Amino acid sequence: MSRVAVVDHGAGNLVSIARALESLGGQVVLARRPADLEGAQGLVVPGVGASAPAMRRLARASLDRALADAIGAGLPYLGICLGLQLLFDGSDEDGAGGLGLLRGRVRRLDGAPRLPHMGWNAVERTREHALFAGIDRDAPFYFVHSFAGEPTDPGVVLATTEHGRRFASAVAAGNVLGVQFHPERSGRDGLALLANFLGLLAGGRARPAAVAGAA
Amino acid sequence: MLLHRVIPCLDVAGGRVVKGTRFVDLTDEGDPPTLAARYAAAGADEIVYLDITAAPEGRGTLLAIVTRTARRVFVPLTVGGGVRSPLEMRAVLRAGADKVAVNTAAVRDPGLVRRCARRFGRQCVVVAIDARRRGQGTGADPSAPGSWEVVVHGGREPTGLDVVDWVRRVAELGAGELLVTSIDRDGTRAGYDLELLRAIRVVTDLPLVASGGAGSPADMVAAIRDGGADAALAASIFHRDIHSIGAVKVALAAAGLPVRLDARDAA
Repeated sequence: MSRVAVVDHGAGNLVSIARALESLGGQVVLARRPADLEGAQGLVVPGVGASAPAMRRLARASLDRALADAIGAGLPYLGICLGLQLLFDGSDEDGAGGLGLLRGRVRRLDGAPRLPHMGWNAVERTREHALFAGIDRDAPFYFVHSFAGEPTDPGVVLATTEHGRRFASAVAAGNVLGVQFHPERSGRDGLALLANFLGLLAGGRARPAAVAGAA
Repeated sequence: MLLHRVIPCLDVAGGRVVKGTRFVDLTDEGDPPTLAARYAAAGADEIVYLDITAAPEGRGTLLAIVTRTARRVFVPLTVGGGVRSPLEMRAVLRAGADKVAVNTAAVRDPGLVRRCARRFGRQCVVVAIDARRRGQGTGADPSAPGSWEVVVHGGREPTGLDVVDWVRRVAELGAGELLVTSIDRDGTRAGYDLELLRAIRVVTDLPLVASGGAGSPADMVAAIRDGGADAALAASIFHRDIHSIGAVKVALAAAGLPVRLDARDAA
């Protein structure tokens, strides 16, 4: 069974992501301090909202360094929404610095017909990756955000989504993976993506998402 | 392209779904998580719970239900009713809700919207607005420009606030979404108040959820196509199995409005 540390930085709904991973056969540990990362085979950083308070809470718990170290050691990381945005150098939202593990900045979706970008939208893949194995090429996923990361290196982009402008809705750089949408809120396809992530972990063998179903 | 959402709403009181349902094959018809799971499986894009008791002593019950729902329903969940402070909002989010709707408390204390948006991000803060048409009741003269008053406490108490002014205000304060219910149409199944939706649409880019009056899939098409809503919410037509979520999706798609269609559901 894959042991996954779900990082709790105080924002957002952890119940859904923890339960989604458990339903797929993952063993979830809620990580509030560096010691909680020990023994984890993968890291999931969820969250919604602004970067600055999340970075403050991570720093206060010394989790910013611990996460960077764990990623440096090769542990697979899945950032969801804010958990993806935190990987960049910084955010225009409140001027907050990020973990700096992906080059680029988080910018507002200017010109979008609606902000926040809230609802289901097509995630159009630009290259193949095991994270999306078995999922339709432009399957819709659930988004809730107004800002999105702009990677300096277009090579890290896995998928893009159109809302006001075309933005990177999924990225992969080695063991660092991130999605701007919420797989834990995206029904069957979302669960399939999380199952694929568990499958990437050392010794991980996720239960097929179809067994858990969308409901 | 952002897809339009179809949202079933469950009124919850004392931990149970109130208003009847005809889901006869459920072991427990009034259990919110059971119904929510059923709607999610049927293609609901989101689920809304409105706690219509919202009494302080009932908070624990509501939070337990939210958690039970989040454990088995993997589509977004909005919870409204009785949240008066960021601390109470935090409890609902931590229990497993994705968004929290504030209504009466925001009218009493508009700063609540700002405080919650700052603390949790505006995408978590839904402002629910109950609107009552001013003047001679509903649709006395369809050509006359409409105006609506914000009412609270389930439509029983007028506030003197103009709905369009209130929309502008909460947009500035940090609302992330608007859930607008026509109290005149609520429960009538006579269709949404399209004029109300249009009046709001022209003053804000916020996501707009239409509520109150859904009687058919065609009404939901009209709310989105003609009213400018992003999402259509309904309660009784789904609970009583008068129309399925799938039928609404098919109607929206047939009208050229993009929706999330699951081939397995449509089959």
